[in-house]
Amino acid sequence: MKRLATILCATAALTAFGAQAQQRDVIQISGSSTVLPFSSIAAEEFGNNFSRFRTPVVGSGGSGGGLRQFCQGVGANTIDIANSSRAIRPNELANCHANGVNQVIEVKIGYDGIVFASRAGAGDFKLEPKHVFLAQARQVPQNGQMVANPYTNWSQIDSSLPDQDILLAIPGSNHGTREVYEEKVILDGCKAFSEITALDSSAQNDVCLAMRTDGRVVEIAGDYTETLARLEANRNAVGVFGLSFYESNRDRLQVATVSGVVPTIDNIISGEYPVSRPLYFYIKGEHIGVIPGLQEFAMFYLSDMTSGFGSILEEAGLIPLGDDERQEVIQAIRSKQAL
Amino acid sequence: MTESSSNSTPSAATQGWSVQDKVSASLRSRKRKEKAFKNLGLASVLVSLALVAILFINIFSKGIPAFWQTSMELDIYFDPQIVNVPEKPVQQADESFYDFDNRLQEWETELGFVNFNALINNAIIPLLPDFERSQTRFLTQLITSGERHALRQMVMDDPSVIGQTKTLRLLTAANIDVWLKGNIDRDLPDEQQQLPALVRDWADQLYAEGAIQNRFSTALFMNPDSRSSLASAGLAGAFVGSFYMMLIVIFLAIPMGVAAAIYLEEFAPKNKITDVIEVNINNLAAVPSIIFGLLGAAVFINWFNLPMSAPVVGGLVLSLMTLPTVIIATRSTLRAIPPSIRSAALGLGASRTQTVFHHVLPLAIPGILTGSILGVAQALGETAPLLLIGMKSFVASVPQTPFDQSTALPVQIYLWQGNELRNFFEARTSAAIIVLLMLMLSLNALAIWLRRKLEVRW
Repeated sequence: MKRLATILCATAALTAFGAQAQQRDVIQISGSSTVLPFSSIAAEEFGNNFSRFRTPVVGSGGSGGGLRQFCQGVGANTIDIANSSRAIRPNELANCHANGVNQVIEVKIGYDGIVFASRAGAGDFKLEPKHVFLAQARQVPQNGQMVANPYTNWSQIDSSLPDQDILLAIPGSNHGTREVYEEKVILDGCKAFSEITALDSSAQNDVCLAMRTDGRVVEIAGDYTETLARLEANRNAVGVFGLSFYESNRDRLQVATVSGVVPTIDNIISGEYPVSRPLYFYIKGEHIGVIPGLQEFAMFYLSDMTSGFGSILEEAGLIPLGDDERQEVIQAIRSKQAL
Repeated sequence: MTESSSNSTPSAATQGWSVQDKVSASLRSRKRKEKAFKNLGLASVLVSLALVAILFINIFSKGIPAFWQTSMELDIYFDPQIVNVPEKPVQQADESFYDFDNRLQEWETELGFVNFNALINNAIIPLLPDFERSQTRFLTQLITSGERHALRQMVMDDPSVIGQTKTLRLLTAANIDVWLKGNIDRDLPDEQQQLPALVRDWADQLYAEGAIQNRFSTALFMNPDSRSSLASAGLAGAFVGSFYMMLIVIFLAIPMGVAAAIYLEEFAPKNKITDVIEVNINNLAAVPSIIFGLLGAAVFINWFNLPMSAPVVGGLVLSLMTLPTVIIATRSTLRAIPPSIRSAALGLGASRTQTVFHHVLPLAIPGILTGSILGVAQALGETAPLLLIGMKSFVASVPQTPFDQSTALPVQIYLWQGNELRNFFEARTSAAIIVLLMLMLSLNALAIWLRRKLEVRW
């Protein structure tokens, strides 16, 4: 009997812990590792500027991982904001709705470029989307037929490319960067071939995205530092990075032009550099008013002072939104406009 | 020996072999084998020592310089024209705390709009003889951005500094530190450098004049992690997080583990059930730590609704992981205590509980302490389960309670390893490793010292 009482007491104590945990007063953010540095800086500045609110906590795990956590449900043990380097997919949104997360507020924070870089001092790359496709595809078109990828050296693909073994480090499928990379580089390069466009449209994507499996393409599931480590270990490797990461490591990396355009902030804003994408975060509308400071944080993040031109986030490598776009996004946060 | 040699003498003589030959032949091969084994053992010891040496040299040569950081001593004038705020509100006798708090917050918000960078800039400009007004925007690249919050905090704590001049030592920005320490190749062309040529010249000039100095810095120990002001990123948050977790492990795993071990060793009947329990405890000790993380995420966070990324969950998970270590260490200590002590106590009329707590346990204390400390040290260095309960988040504040979000020391190493400013954080990461290694070594030394001091021989 006494033992039973002890067990009951212990359970009661743990439940009391749980009840206490229900009242969370700090914003929890998770998701894309591309957005992580920006969100961390915004969170820290928010905590420093508003002594009323605690500094939000920012986790990583990739866009897909963050959105999955985000859509787990409503409540203090679920996250409030998911960072994402791509727009939410319809099936992810459906999953959110199925778990009771009905108010998903989309916030676009700015733009980021995706760059190809090799180790400083290695060959100079002037890439075209089709070069990258030919380097990573399982089958490539040759004389009207699809054959197993015969290329082992960049110079075999195009004589303008350096005489270097092919080793391509691309982001893993948990990263939003991967989707943009496939859409804007691989599919673009792939559909330049008449052999591909002759196929029916559903088969096209399968052929274009199938990767060679002989170890010349490596998927990196971790952060960009892992890609950098690949490059440092292998002189020939070419990696896919975010522009802001490259900017922080210009002494170690050498950036490739894509379609003849150097990736710079100006070229990305003007749209000349082809591989750029918007960055987002998603707010759980149900948590606004429950978790203190959630809406204020989003407004602070989107303010000109934090993410506009000349702001601390631009300094960190974010490409700011235009004025009209910014007003639209701020309006969406203010009116809690859900997807 | 003598018997066998006398037996073998006739047969050896018949074959024309002397005993002496046979013995010396086998002796040679036995000595050869012994020598080979000795050399092999020595070689493996040397190889492992060399590997440890390489690891330590690598970490220490990279990490030690990070304990020194470049900083700049500046005479900051808290110009009333710039720090233009009304008087700090004081609680009136007839005012409720709520009203006072609102007024205080309004005042703090107003203080938040003050441009503290201007104070820093005004202090630096006189040190740069060729300064031109158009170069103002480059000045912020000299001092790390977190220092302006430190200045604001000074005014918040004591508004009487307004109008005074204070001599303060401010940390320089991370890229200045990298440049002055030569962690980036100084011969690289402009487009590969992190800083504009002008700022690099300023840094060199100020360093040569002694305005910027490379000094031992407490920032690494006193500050929480930071991403907006990289130079002030520190281990304080991670340290306190680890400290809370170790407290939970010490107060949860050790009493439970010792109690379980005493029961199993001294009281439990030896039957099938206790056999099963014993096997399972040994299995539990062999479970990979990441499994405990999955368990923690499923049970403590999703079921008990404990907060994510909190030391309380980390502490519970690590307690589960440490429990079998403590049980096994305690049981083997108890088993090593001579049965004669128990028999003597029982023979003099002590109950079993009295025997255990008055006689057996005091003798077992050194062994239990050693096992527990080693278990805690192992828990301190554990990373994998913490990643799964969300403790790898970026947390920019020091946790006040075990329920607040936090990181832990080994996770902080993992996070810094992933920071994008590699030139600065490679050294910072190694410095964090050194801090963690020192903690582990001192815990292990404590365990050895306690064992030596309290050891009893029979």
